[in-house]
Amino acid sequence: MITQFLLVKIFRLILLIAAVATLSFLLVSSSPVNPVDAYVGTAMLRISQDQREIIAKRWGLDKPPVERFGRWAGQMATGNLGVSTIFNEPVLSVIGKRFVTSFWLMALAWSLSGALGFGLGLIAGAREDTLLDRGIRLYAYTMASTPTFWVGMILLMVFSVSLGWTPVCCAWPPGLSAEQATLWQRLHHLLLPAVTLSLIGIAQITLHTREKTIEALRSDYAVFARAQGESIIGIVFVRALRNVALPAVTLQFASLGELFGGAVLAEQVFAYPGLGRTTVEAGIRGDIPLLLGIVLFSTIFVFTGNFMADLIYHLVDPRLRKTAGAIS
Amino acid sequence: MLDIQNLSIRFTRYTFGLKKKEVCVVRDFDLSIAPGQVMAVIGQSGAGKSLLAHALLGILPRNAKVEGRILFKGKPLTPERLSALRGREIALIPQSITALNPLLRVGVQVARAARLSGISKKDVPTTVRRAFSRYLLRKEVAHCFPFQLSGGMARRVLTATATVGMADLILADEPTSGLDPITAREALTHLRELADTGKAVLLITHDIAAALQVADMVTVFCAGTTVEVARADDFKGLDQLRHPYTRALWDALPANSFIGTMKPIERTSDAAGCPFQPCCNDQNTVCGQSTPELKDSGEGRVRCHHA
Ligand SMILES: Nc1ncnc2c1ncn2[C@@H]1O[C@H](COP(=O)(O)OP(=O)(O)O)[C@@H](O)[C@H]1O
Ligand SMILES: [Mg+2]
Repeated sequence: MITQFLLVKIFRLILLIAAVATLSFLLVSSSPVNPVDAYVGTAMLRISQDQREIIAKRWGLDKPPVERFGRWAGQMATGNLGVSTIFNEPVLSVIGKRFVTSFWLMALAWSLSGALGFGLGLIAGAREDTLLDRGIRLYAYTMASTPTFWVGMILLMVFSVSLGWTPVCCAWPPGLSAEQATLWQRLHHLLLPAVTLSLIGIAQITLHTREKTIEALRSDYAVFARAQGESIIGIVFVRALRNVALPAVTLQFASLGELFGGAVLAEQVFAYPGLGRTTVEAGIRGDIPLLLGIVLFSTIFVFTGNFMADLIYHLVDPRLRKTAGAIS
Repeated sequence: MLDIQNLSIRFTRYTFGLKKKEVCVVRDFDLSIAPGQVMAVIGQSGAGKSLLAHALLGILPRNAKVEGRILFKGKPLTPERLSALRGREIALIPQSITALNPLLRVGVQVARAARLSGISKKDVPTTVRRAFSRYLLRKEVAHCFPFQLSGGMARRVLTATATVGMADLILADEPTSGLDPITAREALTHLRELADTGKAVLLITHDIAAALQVADMVTVFCAGTTVEVARADDFKGLDQLRHPYTRALWDALPANSFIGTMKPIERTSDAAGCPFQPCCNDQNTVCGQSTPELKDSGEGRVRCHHA
């Protein structure tokens, strides 16, 4: 059962990566970015046309696209994603380092939005149509329609510029390296970007949990629980908690794509040196190997989120967990 | 034990432009039941039987309004009193097995009901075990999830859940629906046993044949109104029955002449006249003008201008 589930998922992942790789290659090869120009950068004027052609030939740019794709895909399959032109470092190691920085940001924002959103959703659902519910809903709708960078800028202006409680930029104090910064310093720098990112993520999980709570309160099992003398609070927090939490956890995992997208914007606003900011840099400066690497990495990242969501359903929902046989 | 007079249940609905519309689902409903009795409430599906059970427990949706006099153990059943009695003195055996939470183990759900019915924490495990064995549920069933149970077992779990406490009034909503004849018979026997221990059992069903197997008395429910109260024995023959609707139901029993299936009876909220009038063969002008009173008739009661 579970091995079959895993095999299907792995097969899907391979198909997905193949599709994404083909599509990105097509996009890049038809884009106006000239890899040789991007590589030589500011030295462009000092390099002759002959030298450019030598570089192009060494890279195989004179070959037809199908052959180029074959070579690139072959390299990729062996784990060689090439060298980033702006960092002069293998793509994999750039992604690895930057992702670790982003990971803490995303993890903190993800758990904050998950916990707060779930709690707010439960309260709003249990108190449907009261002032409390309306307040929470208003907040969620406002947040759902507010751009991340705007929230980021407001928070930055209030807490960093006016109040001076949080730093204005970066993941650690300028002048220090990542290793020199203390845990406290890093948390301090992490706080505002993480809050920005989670404020946006809260909306979806709150509204979803609210709907599920209301649905649970109207269900047959909730009516029966009421007949047994259970209170509304008792139904929400004792009887229906699992029924509401299961889809919420699933949703939270399935929203890793939006989290990544939000991180790109939040990191840009706070000049936070994570993978999101690196993506923007690679795009602006035409670092094609890095850009392709990030595309593939984010594909796997989002896929993992969806995979976790499915896996949790399979492990937690007794109806899908077909280990115990029916007793009759 | 329970005495209901002139019960009505209305729903307020908002239609276009926030116009309030009231729908009256149950009205002029009367019923009384004594300890040790099985009182069957018979009505077609959609007659408002489940709503009646929910009204007695005070668990109707918020847009429902209940009016009328309900006495429980001689005292009016106010909302405050109800919230203290619910699950302790009045218990529900629900209509559908979807009343079990699909994600919680059966044992946990029965234990929670026991705790809510006022049993002390340390006595819960023994009480639950006793309830399980009373309904021939093996110990392992407690560790099952509802989807792992057969229909009959799930029914017994519902009965065990409702009776794990010391409730004196049991409301059984369609306890035989979806069961094969043998399992249905078993469910009815359980209800009879409960009544024989001194509880009052309200057996709500659309299946007269099933109800007559165990009921002492029958209240016939037509379009949300009580039209007849009869002894179960009165159903032995057509001539003992007082109301044309009851006689039509009797005719429709498989064992009897079987004239044809009954049309469902619907009544628009505040139409005057006898609720059964649209389908009655024996009507005259007065039937269309005023709703008849519920009159005593022998050991039963009847609501008909001609009885
Ligand atoms: N929330 C509600 N709002 C309005 N009408 C309702 C509501 N719930 C039930 N009804 C109406 O009440 C009638 C009786 O329902 P019910 O008690 O479930 O019938 P049954 O006798 O089959 O148990 C139905 O016809 C339905 O249309
Ligand atoms: Mg019903």
